[in-house]
Amino acid sequence: MGLIAGIKLRFKRALRWFFKKDKMRIGIYGPPNAGKTTLANRILRDWTGDVIGPESEIPHETRRAKLREGVKIEVDGKTLTIDIVDTPGIATKIDFHDFMKYGMSEDEAKRRAKEATEGVIEAIKWLDDLDGILLVMDSVEDPYTQVNVTIVGNIEARGLPLLIVANKIDLPNASPARIKSAFPQHTVVPVSALKGLNIDTLYKIMADKFG
Amino acid sequence: MEGVQLNLVSKEKLEKMGSMEKLRMILDNVKEGKIVVLESGLSPEEEAKLIELTMLEIDHESFVGIEVESYPPKETFLSKLFGKKSGRLTLIGPANRVKTLSRKEDLITAMVHLGDK
Repeated sequence: MGLIAGIKLRFKRALRWFFKKDKMRIGIYGPPNAGKTTLANRILRDWTGDVIGPESEIPHETRRAKLREGVKIEVDGKTLTIDIVDTPGIATKIDFHDFMKYGMSEDEAKRRAKEATEGVIEAIKWLDDLDGILLVMDSVEDPYTQVNVTIVGNIEARGLPLLIVANKIDLPNASPARIKSAFPQHTVVPVSALKGLNIDTLYKIMADKFG
Repeated sequence: MEGVQLNLVSKEKLEKMGSMEKLRMILDNVKEGKIVVLESGLSPEEEAKLIELTMLEIDHESFVGIEVESYPPKETFLSKLFGKKSGRLTLIGPANRVKTLSRKEDLITAMVHLGDK
């Protein structure tokens, strides 16, 4: 972070604190299949008893951003009220043949691919309307991808508070440490959104970071 | 001679180009099956815009997207002062031709296919 940029960011944060909103709008970002909807569902199940959308092993299951307003998270006597935006996975390529491997017909796969391209654009546009980001990465995969680097770069350029969620730590080859070493400048919270592992720590850090 | 055309664009040329001009040049070349190498890369905002434009132009037949290979931006004295990190060497090619094999902080290994797949 640059000196002038650092001063600007501190000024922005001070302004944000001064004109503090009643609630923060938090976007859940990441590449396809990182577990963004699973995390959104975990947060909603824990605090509202509801879910935001279906989870699937097929990439690009979420092809439209979904918004849930007024989710109250209470940690250590602190209440954080957030709007959650579950965004479609960001990718640089979408090949309908990849969907056919999951048993879809060509027409169905092409329709899904078209919707997925629109979803990527929508996810990028949402960045302009958010107050903070949960960036979900799959702890089993190499975190050092162009999509992750591009998302982090854009969040840094906008000066938005960012938490990296190292998801899927319940899987045998998970390595949240690899994510930490790829993005040492950011807070990385290892969790399993599916099993709920370490999720309370995530809520505490969210309350500190976004509260 | 069969092969893949590589266009290596210098930092000086990139500095003279506007963002949209750069992105249009990249996409036009990549859609023709060429590989573009940018000496000074793109800014994060330009990278996001490039993804958006790519999504708009995917036709699900001949063009399915791009593969981008670049190192993370490096911090310099000016970037420390102004916060704008300058981009680094970046390779952009058609997704059906370029495949990343491994990526480390200072070494990227990629494969370029001569055919369509």
